[in-house]
Amino acid sequence: MNNNKMKVDKTLDIRGEICPYTLVKTKLAVEDIEVGQVLEVILDYPEAADSIPKAMLNYGNSVLKVEKINPKEWRIIIRKEVED
Amino acid sequence: MDFTEEQLKRYSRHIILPEVGGKGQKRILNARVLVVGAGGLGCPVGYYLAAAGVGTIGMVDNDSVELSNLQRQIAHSTRTIGVNKAESAKQTFEALNPDVSVIPIKDRLNSKNILDIIKDYDIVVDGTDNFPTRYLINDACVMTKKPLVSGAILRFEGQVTTILPGDGPCYRCLFEEPPPPGLVPSCQEAGVLGVLPGVIGALQATEVLKLILGKGKPLKGELLIYDALGANFRKVKIPKNEDCPVCGKEPRIRELVDYTEEYCSLT
Repeated sequence: MNNNKMKVDKTLDIRGEICPYTLVKTKLAVEDIEVGQVLEVILDYPEAADSIPKAMLNYGNSVLKVEKINPKEWRIIIRKEVED
Repeated sequence: MDFTEEQLKRYSRHIILPEVGGKGQKRILNARVLVVGAGGLGCPVGYYLAAAGVGTIGMVDNDSVELSNLQRQIAHSTRTIGVNKAESAKQTFEALNPDVSVIPIKDRLNSKNILDIIKDYDIVVDGTDNFPTRYLINDACVMTKKPLVSGAILRFEGQVTTILPGDGPCYRCLFEEPPPPGLVPSCQEAGVLGVLPGVIGALQATEVLKLILGKGKPLKGELLIYDALGANFRKVKIPKNEDCPVCGKEPRIRELVDYTEEYCSLT
């Protein structure tokens, strides 16, 4: 799938944030969208690129994409699947 | 309401819990809880509720801090000996969390003032040390349909139950009338392990947070009993008494009762 064509409803830029605030802010952003909507997260904290997708799956959401967009930054695409 | 950066940090371990999240934390911040007694039980209950960010905590106590309280009443300190307990707890809780507003109520609850005091709160916590007040709180909560989280301690044993009026038994379903004065010793006569109210108070605070969040199964219709020496928890079912004098089908108690002072002379 061409990522650039994936429909994104909201983007969260948490570059500069570290754990656990990367997760705290992502969790709150997911609470703010509707089930079925898609959140894009841009981050630069390496561990979060691994832990956020895991946490989102645990919450019952889908992780559509985890992508390294440059040597220091990642892009994670999450679709909300469950009500909070 | 959006969280400040400070709140995101303070409540981060709550927010990442699926059962709490930002929505649940906001509910906690908007909640109003009345804690009756700023003693052994009230101190840990209020302390944890303050840490959790319960926005408004009423603390009821008309006693002053004494040296003999400090073995278990963790909100007070050597520096606050002589200070009213509700006031001392306010200083401690507000220092822990500036999001919390503690309302000190330096009064003893009675049939005249209780309804006016509890009306401003969503949930009531019983941390009292005497039967007259325990029955008064139960009756007032039943009559006004306020959830009540009740706790009691003595020596090495404590108990907790959650009363949801209209949805399960009340304290009078379990014990219809208070025991005769002098039958049940007070902590002053019989002693109490200092850490015991910490265990029971933490359980009460847990029940309060579950009620605020609407998560989990409240401890209704059951008495959870902790035996510290045996390191045992056991649960006893409390059946709803259809003939309960206050919450039964035909309640005989329709007005609040003040039991005689002799009950309190020992506490």
